[in-house]
Amino acid sequence: MDARLERILPRVLKPARYVGGEYQQIIKDKADVDLRMAFCFPDVYEIGMSNIGMRILYDVINRMPGVWCERVFAPWGDMDAEMRKAGIPLYALESGDPVSEFDVLGFSVGYEMAYPAVLNMLDLAGIPLRSADRPDLTPLVFAGGTSCCNPEPMAPFFDLMVVGEGEEVDCELLELFRHAQKSGWSKTQFLEAAAQIQGIYVPAFYEPEYNDDGTIKTVHTTHNAPARVTKRIIEDLDACPFPTHPIVPSTEIVHDRVNVELFRGCIRGCRFCQAGYVYRPVRPRKTETLIKQGIEALKSTGYQEATLLSLSSSDYRPLSDLCDGMLEYCEPRSISLSLPSLRADNFSMDIMSRLQKVRKGGLTFAPEAGTQRLRDAINKNVTEEDLLNSCRVAFEGGWNGVKLYFMLGLPTETDEDVLGIAELANRVLHCWRQYAKFKNRGVRITVSTSCFVPKPHSPFQWEAQVTMAEYQRKVNLLRENIRARNVTYNWHDPDTSFVEAVLSRGDRRIADVIEHVWRHGGNLEAWGDYFSFERWMNAFKDCGVDPYFYACRERGAEEIMPWEVIDMGVTRRHLRHERDQAYKAVLSPDCRKQCTACGALKLMTKGGCCDA
Amino acid sequence: MPEKLRMRFSKTGRAIWLSHLDLMRTMQRAFLRAEYPLKYSEGFNPHAQISILLPLSVGVSSVCELMDFQLREDVDLTQLPERLTSVMPEGIVIHEAYPMENKSKFLKWLRVTARLEYDDRNLEEMAAGLNAFYAQDSIVITRKTKRGEGQTDIVPAIQTLNATAGERHVELEAMISAQEPTLNPDHLIAALRQLKPELAPDFAAFTRQEVYFENGEVFR
Ligand code: SF4
Repeated sequence: MDARLERILPRVLKPARYVGGEYQQIIKDKADVDLRMAFCFPDVYEIGMSNIGMRILYDVINRMPGVWCERVFAPWGDMDAEMRKAGIPLYALESGDPVSEFDVLGFSVGYEMAYPAVLNMLDLAGIPLRSADRPDLTPLVFAGGTSCCNPEPMAPFFDLMVVGEGEEVDCELLELFRHAQKSGWSKTQFLEAAAQIQGIYVPAFYEPEYNDDGTIKTVHTTHNAPARVTKRIIEDLDACPFPTHPIVPSTEIVHDRVNVELFRGCIRGCRFCQAGYVYRPVRPRKTETLIKQGIEALKSTGYQEATLLSLSSSDYRPLSDLCDGMLEYCEPRSISLSLPSLRADNFSMDIMSRLQKVRKGGLTFAPEAGTQRLRDAINKNVTEEDLLNSCRVAFEGGWNGVKLYFMLGLPTETDEDVLGIAELANRVLHCWRQYAKFKNRGVRITVSTSCFVPKPHSPFQWEAQVTMAEYQRKVNLLRENIRARNVTYNWHDPDTSFVEAVLSRGDRRIADVIEHVWRHGGNLEAWGDYFSFERWMNAFKDCGVDPYFYACRERGAEEIMPWEVIDMGVTRRHLRHERDQAYKAVLSPDCRKQCTACGALKLMTKGGCCDA
Repeated sequence: MPEKLRMRFSKTGRAIWLSHLDLMRTMQRAFLRAEYPLKYSEGFNPHAQISILLPLSVGVSSVCELMDFQLREDVDLTQLPERLTSVMPEGIVIHEAYPMENKSKFLKWLRVTARLEYDDRNLEEMAAGLNAFYAQDSIVITRKTKRGEGQTDIVPAIQTLNATAGERHVELEAMISAQEPTLNPDHLIAALRQLKPELAPDFAAFTRQEVYFENGEVFR
């Protein structure tokens, strides 16, 4: 270990997250390695190690002979300051080698608020922030992850961005890069070739031209880059490797357990939900595959908990069989099984009571909106009856807490919808009074609201976010109307949502703002410890960018979006149709009832079908 | 009924940064990976019956850690060290496992070594100064306790101490009291910072070398 590092570690919080050495980390002999990749996660270790995408890609990339992929996380502020003071550059956990010595840096960027942390990591590594300031082929700095479905705000910083699932395309990219290094290609030569791979967006080859009103007039394509970049998917998940020997962190992380990934995509199509559209088409894994992978991972890690992961786990058709198969292994070994994304329906509650035999804390539901009309408008296919039934089952079964999540500021929302939240909470309370098994323990009903952020590639991508003042008014209205002692109301501040709204639908002109924020001390913006609204507002001002133009403006039906080049499968026409249905409060059927031809099926080039 | 067992292990290298809690969790998972069935307590929230004799501070190395545990079935103890080590994170090595005979309260002395780094001071002078400092009849330091600050004389807890100048740093070796009273090796350095800052090193790295009974015999 670096002697300088040894000196600073005793002074920082949770030093174990900065040293690597965990069980099942991958160490390779440098003599056998000709390509070194730093897999960079722009958040702290506890968050990054809980990210299933990073676990999958670490495994897949390290399966490539001659390639060694190591992990790099963002240091917390104390460590960052100590490293800078001691002159220690950003290093990778496995080897401890400086990131600047690597051939390739791949950032996994899942959420927009992580943008400043990306810049901070590059700086700490001693690597120029902007692609244009890195004329050489090496190091290549690229990004992947959900935030790349609008690549524009970070366009000047990355050499290229990967759109969609990385298992195949990352390997193709690394092969091409290795070839480029061996053949002595220039950076431009390499990027030109990379841009021809499906799923790869090279920002430098796209030049937006703006109208006088600030909207995009057109996007010019250069270097023969494709007019549209279509996202990549894994068509057959059963044939694709899954990490059954994952790293076991020695120190506690957020999701410290075995992940079993049931399927990708979602059949529901909630109109506010970006994930519900950008991960389509729906592709399940076979039950046998999952049980095999799950048991293998439990054996290799010694974890005492496994979670059945996906966007809406109760929509996995053979969920009962899967649970039976897993429980057969887990029960005699006291391993607990959990389901993170529960719907409020009978079937889910049934499964739930089977899984959680012992621990009975709180249950969480996300009705998202307070009235049936608004739930119909957002296509959240949950009725009040479903919700109350689920609560009844829970209370009868001995649960004594329910958390209810809502959004305020959804398109078409009226004050009646806001007040509906209070009414719904009251009905849940009433349900507890009627059915609770242990009344003497009391009940805790928690209502949480956050400010809706319209996202690219969702039906609400055209919508204006409500202003912060309007959100606050709605919060106050709701607060005045939640009176029961057993109901607690928490609301998230709208200022982070406002910044998030700017970043998620921003264009290239936002890049200067992100850099400005970082230069003035911004870093891990998803953390309250770091986020400063004032810093962002100053940056907007200094860069001459009007944040309301991005957050609170309704886009015209024909407006060219900054992410227009990116093709996520689902067509713009379909999204617009869903948006129009929202304004009529008309539900759309889920994929299982009836395929609405969203467009994602075209990604199944081998003729597979959705949700098979 | 399988008996109470004890094992001796090292915690060095990158593993020294694991906290006591991290280590306990790591141990439980490693036993599961190696398929050694740890005995669990009865009750609502069962936990593994393992206990580490002298919890180690974060950042301190050790080649003489002892952990007591119980298994639900008899196993071949000669194989255990290798099998368990093979499923451990880097830096944790099991040396031996045996039926527990000596109660932990009989563990009295601890031999530690330390690498004291001085960036721009004369090592010979430092070593001589250290030997003189620790040879005093009493060294009273202020330490934080649960109830505010307290004064402690650390001299009764030091049996022997010797500092020698090496080529790059000063080597310190000391026999200190592990229990009743417990002297945390850090207190040796704290004493310098409080009473003789000119001898306080720029960095100190401790290693626990061995544990002993009251009479000086090696404790197992
Ligand atoms: S193609 Fe049809 S079934 Fe598949 S995700 Fe789109 S709407 Fe659903």
